[in-house]
Amino acid sequence: MADVILSKVLKTYNNPEVVAVNEVSFSVDHGELFGLIGPDGAGKTSLFRILTTLLVPEGGSATVNGFDVVKDYKQIRERVGYMPGKFSLYQDLTVKENLEFFATVFNTSIEANYDLIEDIYVQIEPFKNRRAGNLSGGMKQKLALCCALIHRPKVLFLDEPTTGVDTVSRKEFWHMLKRLKLQGITILVSTPYMDEAMLCERIALIQNGRILSINTPENIIADYPGQLYAIRSDKMSKLLKDLRAIENVSSCHAFGDFHHIKLHENHQVAQLNLVQMLNHLGHTDLELQPTSPTIEDCFIHLMH
Amino acid sequence: MKQFLAFVKKEFYHVFRDPKTLLLLFGMPIAQIILFGFALTNEIKNSKIVVCDYAHDRATRQIIDKIEASPNFKVQEKLWNHSQIEAAFKTGDIKLAIVFPANFNEDLHHFNTAQLQIIADASDPNTANTLTNYAASIIMDYQKESTKNMQIPMQVNTQVRMLYNPELKGVYNFVPGVMALVLLLVCVLMTSVSIVREKELGTMEVLLVSPFNPMLVIVSKAVPYFFLSLINLTIILILSSTIMGMPINGSIFLLYFASSILILTALALGLLISNSTDSQQAAMLISLMGMLMPTLLFTGFLFPLENMPMALQIVANAIPSKWYYIIIKSVMIKGLGIASIWKELLILSGMAILLLAISMKKFKTRLA
Repeated sequence: MADVILSKVLKTYNNPEVVAVNEVSFSVDHGELFGLIGPDGAGKTSLFRILTTLLVPEGGSATVNGFDVVKDYKQIRERVGYMPGKFSLYQDLTVKENLEFFATVFNTSIEANYDLIEDIYVQIEPFKNRRAGNLSGGMKQKLALCCALIHRPKVLFLDEPTTGVDTVSRKEFWHMLKRLKLQGITILVSTPYMDEAMLCERIALIQNGRILSINTPENIIADYPGQLYAIRSDKMSKLLKDLRAIENVSSCHAFGDFHHIKLHENHQVAQLNLVQMLNHLGHTDLELQPTSPTIEDCFIHLMH
Repeated sequence: MKQFLAFVKKEFYHVFRDPKTLLLLFGMPIAQIILFGFALTNEIKNSKIVVCDYAHDRATRQIIDKIEASPNFKVQEKLWNHSQIEAAFKTGDIKLAIVFPANFNEDLHHFNTAQLQIIADASDPNTANTLTNYAASIIMDYQKESTKNMQIPMQVNTQVRMLYNPELKGVYNFVPGVMALVLLLVCVLMTSVSIVREKELGTMEVLLVSPFNPMLVIVSKAVPYFFLSLINLTIILILSSTIMGMPINGSIFLLYFASSILILTALALGLLISNSTDSQQAAMLISLMGMLMPTLLFTGFLFPLENMPMALQIVANAIPSKWYYIIIKSVMIKGLGIASIWKELLILSGMAILLLAISMKKFKTRLA
C-alpha cells in the first residue's frame, strides 16, 4: 500500500518561468525509507511543502496516508511529522520545554510515546535543561527529530536533515532513521549529499523540478551504461581541462582525488591513446583504472 | 485547552527570557510617562525676563515683586534704559521685557490709568503668547488688589473657573495621551513582531503542520500581551498618580474596561501587520511608523483636533486612540460614568471587532 502518492504535481512561483516542481509523479510505499536526491534548488523543499499541506500545487494531485493534500489538509496535519530544512525549534526554550510544547500541541505527552524517541532522546537528555539555541548542530537535529516524532506520525518528512551536520552525526542520524523504519513509519527524506542515497531503500533523483530517475540505488547504479574510468595525474585542474578537449572522452568530472571519465565506444584502444596523449600534454604520474559508478556519476549522466 | 495553555506558557517564556522585549515592554511606558510628565510640557517655567523701570515707585516695585515671585518668570536684569532691551534680547536668552514709564504710580492714582509695555520674543509665537498672558494676568491681579477698596463707577468682574484642572497642569493632558500611545505602540509592536518571529525562525512552518488550530496560535499570542499590557497600564496609573499627581476621579473598573478594548484593538492591528510582513524589521518599522505618527498627531493630546481642517478631523475618527483619549479624560479627570462615554466605547469596540475579524480572515493557514 502506498502512503504517499504524487501524480503530475506542478508548482510554479510568481514568475511563471520558475517551475519549482514540474509534473512530478511517484509513490512511496508504507514503511519505506525513500530518498529525494538533488542539488540545491532542485525543488525538494517545494515538494515537501506540498506534501505537508503548506503549499497548494497548481496542477496534479497528491495524497498522504490516503488523504488529499488540498482537501483533507487537516487530517494530514494530524498524521505527519515534519522537520523543515532550517532548524525550527524555539531557541530560547530548553530541550525539555521544546519537547513538552510540541507534545502538547500534538495532543499527546512525552511519556505516551517515549518508547519511540527513547533511542534519540537519551543522547540529548544530559542537556535537557540547556536552551535549544546553545546546542550543537547534531544535537539540534536530534531534538528536532524527537519533536517531529513525538506524536507517532504515520509519515515522516525530513527536509535535508543532515545539511550542516558533521559526518559522525550524519551517520548516527541515518542509523536512527533505519530504526524508525522498523517501527513502521514511512520516511521521506531529502538530501543534497549523493553518498547518503545508498542508505535509502528507494530514491528519486530530482533536478530542476523534474524527476530524472526513480529506483533502488543499486538498480540506478546497475543501469549506468558503459564503463567508467578514474584518472589522475600531477596536475589535476589542467587534466580536467585537457580531458574535456579530447574527442574520445564523452564526459569528465572531478570526483575526490580522481577525475571520472567516460569514453566513446571502442574504449580499449582509446585507453592506450589517452595515456600517450596526456603524456604529450605534460602530465606525469598518470593513473588510469576502470571504476564502478556511484549515485553521483549516475546523476551527472542523467543530467545530460 | 491544554494546548492553549502550553502555548501561552511558551509565549511567557519568550517574553521573560528576552531582556530586550522586557525593556521595551516595561521600560518604554515608564520612560514616556516621566518624559512627558516632567520634561515635555507646554507649561513655561523660569523664563528669563528683563525689566526696565523708569518710575521706581511703589506701584512698579510691587508689580516687579509679584513677577519675581511667580514660578513662570525669573527677572534676569534690571535695565536703566530701554535702548538696552534690544541688546538683551540679542545676547541673552531673554524671552520678555517689561517697561514701566516714569510717573507710573502717579498716573495710576490720579488719572486712573497707566501704561506699561510688554515686549516679547515672538520667534516662537506660542511661547510669546503664553508668556504675555502670564504677565498680563499678574498685572491684572495687582490691579484688582489695589482697587479693592476704591470706588470704580462700573466694572465687570469675570470670574474664571478652570474646571477639572484648576492649576492648568499639562500632566492632565499628557497622561491620558501617553497611556493611549504606550498601550497602542507596545501591543501592536509586540504582537506583530512575535508572530513574524515565528515565521522568520521557521517555527510557524512546524506549527502549521500540526493539528493545532491556526486561530489558536493567534489567540494564544494575544493572551500574554493582553495581560502584560494590563500590568503596563497599572504601572502607568501608579506612576502618574504618585509622581505626577494625576487624579483618578472615575471608576477604576471602567478605566480598565476601556483600556482592555483599546488593547484588543491594538492586538488585532498587530496581527494584521504580521500577516502582511515576513521579517521582524519590517513588522517593527510598520508598527512604529504606522502607529506613532497617527497616534501623536490625531489623538489630540499634542495638537488640538478642533484646529485641524475638516479632512484631517475625519481621518482622526479612524484612529482608535482618539476615542480612547476622550474616554480616559472623561473617566480619570472628570470622573464621568459609562452613561456619558458609551458612544466612544461603542466606536472603540466596533473597531476592535472589525480589525479582529479582518485579521482572523486574513490569517494564512498555509505558507504562501
